[in-house]
Amino acid sequence: MKNIDNWEPKIVAFLCNWCSYAGADLAGVSRTQYPSNIRVIRVPCSGRVDPFYIIKALQNGIDGVLVSGCHPGDCHYISGNLIARRKFALLKSFLEYIGIEPGRVQFSWVSAAEGGRFAQIIEKVTREVKELGPINKMVKKI
Amino acid sequence: MKEIEEKIKETVKKLFKENKIDIFIGYSEGTLPLRSTPCLITRPEDIEKLVWNSYCFNNLAVYLPRFFLPQTQKKDVKLPRIGILAKGCDSRSIVGLIKEHQLPRENLYIIGIPCEGMIDIKKIQDAGCKMKEVEIVSAEEKNEKVIVENEDKKKIELKKEELLADVCTSCKYNVPVIYDVLIGKEKRKTKEEERAAIIEEFEKKPLEERWKYFQEQVSKCIRCYACRQACPNCYCKECFAEQTKPKWIGVTDNISDIMFYQMGRIFHQAGRCVDCGACVRACPVGIDLRIFTYKLIKDVKEFFRYEAGVSLGEVPPLSTFKSDDKQEFITEP
Repeated sequence: MKNIDNWEPKIVAFLCNWCSYAGADLAGVSRTQYPSNIRVIRVPCSGRVDPFYIIKALQNGIDGVLVSGCHPGDCHYISGNLIARRKFALLKSFLEYIGIEPGRVQFSWVSAAEGGRFAQIIEKVTREVKELGPINKMVKKI
Repeated sequence: MKEIEEKIKETVKKLFKENKIDIFIGYSEGTLPLRSTPCLITRPEDIEKLVWNSYCFNNLAVYLPRFFLPQTQKKDVKLPRIGILAKGCDSRSIVGLIKEHQLPRENLYIIGIPCEGMIDIKKIQDAGCKMKEVEIVSAEEKNEKVIVENEDKKKIELKKEELLADVCTSCKYNVPVIYDVLIGKEKRKTKEEERAAIIEEFEKKPLEERWKYFQEQVSKCIRCYACRQACPNCYCKECFAEQTKPKWIGVTDNISDIMFYQMGRIFHQAGRCVDCGACVRACPVGIDLRIFTYKLIKDVKEFFRYEAGVSLGEVPPLSTFKSDDKQEFITEP
């Protein structure tokens, strides 16, 4: 991280087991190229993602967080992603309000058939986080 | 105010006589001037202790959930019947708690009082400049005026209107939304829009400036958790701040941990905060918490058309959804 030119962002992606994780898998088996900056964490549903996970990731020095779930209406658990959508709308607005760059925390919908879309989203998120630079707010320095 | 106080005592006496309640929660005179303290009354003899004045600012709903813990409800224990004094904000907190299944409505007897606004002690100390250094020895309330006397026997007369707490000047529901009996029935004129305007102004500031303000405010925090203790919504048996598995925040005074605590506490109020101002009053270091909590109130209203603690029927915003909920924030490739 000392050399800013070689700096690559660390991005955590919370992917739902039924859609986005399968979408990432499809991107992989189709040999679609996308940046290797993401660290995938598989969760049962986007509704499982507690806002605390996101804040905690930022606190631990993660430069960007992506949460991805099934498209509205396609949730394996019927309404998990719809409940999550409300929660994330408030969280995103709140984080921006207190001064955390909106690009750091992002949400998306990726289905199991959208390997290409998954790669595009990762590219976009990585590009945006790269532009923002290393995270300095919130990070716990000991 | 005196008449209301008398009426309260009369009603409580009647309640005890008719054996309708076991405990009454109200206010009694504090040990310092300009303070009233919450008090629990279990014997009819103590009813005379009750007071009603402009310093009854504590949100009494905070004392309720502990009487109805889930484990006691299961064990077939006889639950107490509680009478409680409720201002507008207290009543909204009670509605919120009933909705979250923390209180059985049938065990509550709510005496609603349309609130005329409570006095912010800090404002008194600021108003009569000299009052800051010397202690206030007595205070008296008379016809919309407050007369305070300091150690040097100097008396200062202040207008009550100018001393009202910020939460009270922008209060929308000064008349309780839920009650069994209502004493007095005034709808007070307030400036609701004022608070929203402050939030909008803050929203317009550049990102870095907002972060700086947040950091500045939060860095004052000494992690005493008074804001949490004073809040009726914070009834969790184990708070995330003290949880060890998973351990969300460290126990040090590291600014990052403090930020996590404040963000966590404030965000937990999403769709639940009734803007009673208990956290702001409890804060010993004067953090401007309301600018952050009110943002959530504003967002919840804007996104989901919901106001916390207004009606018993409405489903809390974060436990329901609509197919056309806001989703402009979703990243598209």
